[in-house]
Amino acid sequence: MARITLDGIAHRYDTRSQSAALKRLNHVWQHGRAYALLGPSGCGKTTLLNIISGLIMPSEGRVLFDEKDVTQLPTERRNIAQVFQFPVIYDTMSVAENLAFPLKNRGIDRRAVKARVAEVADLLGLTRDLSRRARNLTAEAKQRVSLGRGLVRSDVAAILFDEPLTVIDPSLKWQLRSKLKAVHRALDLLMIYVTHDQVEALTFADEVVVMKDGSVLQVATPTRLFEQPEHTFVGYFIGSPGMNLVAAEVDGHVAHVAGQAIELGARYPKLAAGSTKLGFRPDYTFLVADGSGVPVQIRRMEDLGRRRLARVALGPHEIFATVPHDVPIAGEQAHLAIRQDRLFVYAHDELVSGDRR
Amino acid sequence: MTEKPFNNRAWLMVAPVFALVLFSALLPMMTVVNYSVQDSLGQNQFFWNGDAWFRDLLNPSTEIGARFADALLRNLSFSLVALAIEVPLGIAVALSLPRGGWAVGPVLVVIALPMLIPWNVVGTIWQIFSRADIGLFGAALTGLGLHYNVTQEPISAWCTIVVIDVWHWTPLVILLTYAGLRAIPDAFYQAARIDAASRWATFVNIELPKLQKVLVIVVLLRFMQTFMIYTEPFVVTGGGPGSATTFLSIDLVKIALGQVDLGPAAAMSLVYNLITLTLCWIFFTIMMQLDRRRYA
Repeated sequence: MARITLDGIAHRYDTRSQSAALKRLNHVWQHGRAYALLGPSGCGKTTLLNIISGLIMPSEGRVLFDEKDVTQLPTERRNIAQVFQFPVIYDTMSVAENLAFPLKNRGIDRRAVKARVAEVADLLGLTRDLSRRARNLTAEAKQRVSLGRGLVRSDVAAILFDEPLTVIDPSLKWQLRSKLKAVHRALDLLMIYVTHDQVEALTFADEVVVMKDGSVLQVATPTRLFEQPEHTFVGYFIGSPGMNLVAAEVDGHVAHVAGQAIELGARYPKLAAGSTKLGFRPDYTFLVADGSGVPVQIRRMEDLGRRRLARVALGPHEIFATVPHDVPIAGEQAHLAIRQDRLFVYAHDELVSGDRR
Repeated sequence: MTEKPFNNRAWLMVAPVFALVLFSALLPMMTVVNYSVQDSLGQNQFFWNGDAWFRDLLNPSTEIGARFADALLRNLSFSLVALAIEVPLGIAVALSLPRGGWAVGPVLVVIALPMLIPWNVVGTIWQIFSRADIGLFGAALTGLGLHYNVTQEPISAWCTIVVIDVWHWTPLVILLTYAGLRAIPDAFYQAARIDAASRWATFVNIELPKLQKVLVIVVLLRFMQTFMIYTEPFVVTGGGPGSATTFLSIDLVKIALGQVDLGPAAAMSLVYNLITLTLCWIFFTIMMQLDRRRYA
């Protein structure tokens, strides 16, 4: 059993520099859950991962495994397995030797090693390749071998993945991903999965940690990230296309966007223009035919097969909206309806909760 | 069927290179071949001698054959000793160099310095350096009570030549190996740490296999250079004491320019050349085969 606690962790690579690779962060990773660390390149995901695995010592804070402080412990003495972006295998060894290597190094009895290797190979579908040279495998199988080297250690509490699907052939990605999920179900381990691909994150994880510029913006289930983003970046980054974000002036029940009043469905304090934004997803924004709602100009229609999207202009703002199949579109003028329970107000990019009474 | 256009003017473009190779390599080579099958009694008069020089050369019971066989043996043992020292030493030094930071530049420059010194200067430096009266190295060894004398002791002479070559060319091994090591992604080292691999296990299972291609080049380069060694023994020992450090190249020059025996010298240089080529080919094939068999 293991729970990993990050207590006030922060990191900067260069002690003299002002910019932190990772800003102060508290988080508890629960046993048996799958987490995804999602964010654009350079947001600190890998730094955070390496701090947990012990490849990097954080400049500040403590890392706890259950109640034990492991901040100063080197990687090999933590119960952590890590799978890297590129498959790391020992070229000179067979698959079986690769899998046995971490156990051999820890001085485990040869018979126990053999049994454990067979067990893990079976779990990962590598049994038939055990005697093959690891170097001759496909990238996908190599990634399974490097995952296997983590799993053979029976004391492993958590497996960390650093964008493990990067070099995998697209047609094989789903195979490896479902293997990972199967392993997670079978072994009841804590898994942390770094990626910049939202589809990967949302399909893999129980909880997604969205990061940007070294800080964690939101930790939530995939559904919640989509339905209620707590930060404008989360709204914009999750979903395709992302959330519509327009500058607004908010007072009470009404927001003013480019001279148009929009009903909010909740009461807000007076928020000044400039730092205030209104956010609503294209999925909950509809073009309507009956003339009610906010008047907009249609710029372009995009037929995505299952749904139709319209790119419309509201003053200087460009907005994506869903076009219901029963709404005929003619001319350049249209009206917009936004679901009020999916309409959010952000001040300084942070979600402001309104009074819904 | 479409008519394929022929345009032989393209050959004109190749002509300069062809001419260059002709004048720089093929024609001089052919003069050597020409000499190797003729004999001369002076006055620039030559007559056909067939393969007699070659047969003499390859027959150890003749005078020249014995000389050739001895020198060849010296060459082979010198190359073997030099490689056996330089390659492991170079790898060891490359492994202990800093991986990054400000120190990398200065350290690499200092290491590369010996390579920038011309052969005959190296020879001259060591000729003085190894003297027992005014040379620091020679005086120090003599002071320690060792029997060190380059001009009289074959072992001293041998060791000195080996030390010179190690000093002069280990830097090449270091630099190439260092470059090879830098090309190994960090993830391999991180994975090794997670797998609790010892330093030795990391070296054997990650670094050495990834260095294989670089090491093939290192071994080939160092073999070719050590097998053709000339200047250092020429300057420092003059091939002596006796003929202790008379390598093939030294003997070749003695026969060709000292005794002006052009025929035997030409035959010898052709055989020398072929031996170098053959040994390189064998080295290369074996190392590549090893690579393939290991990963089959």
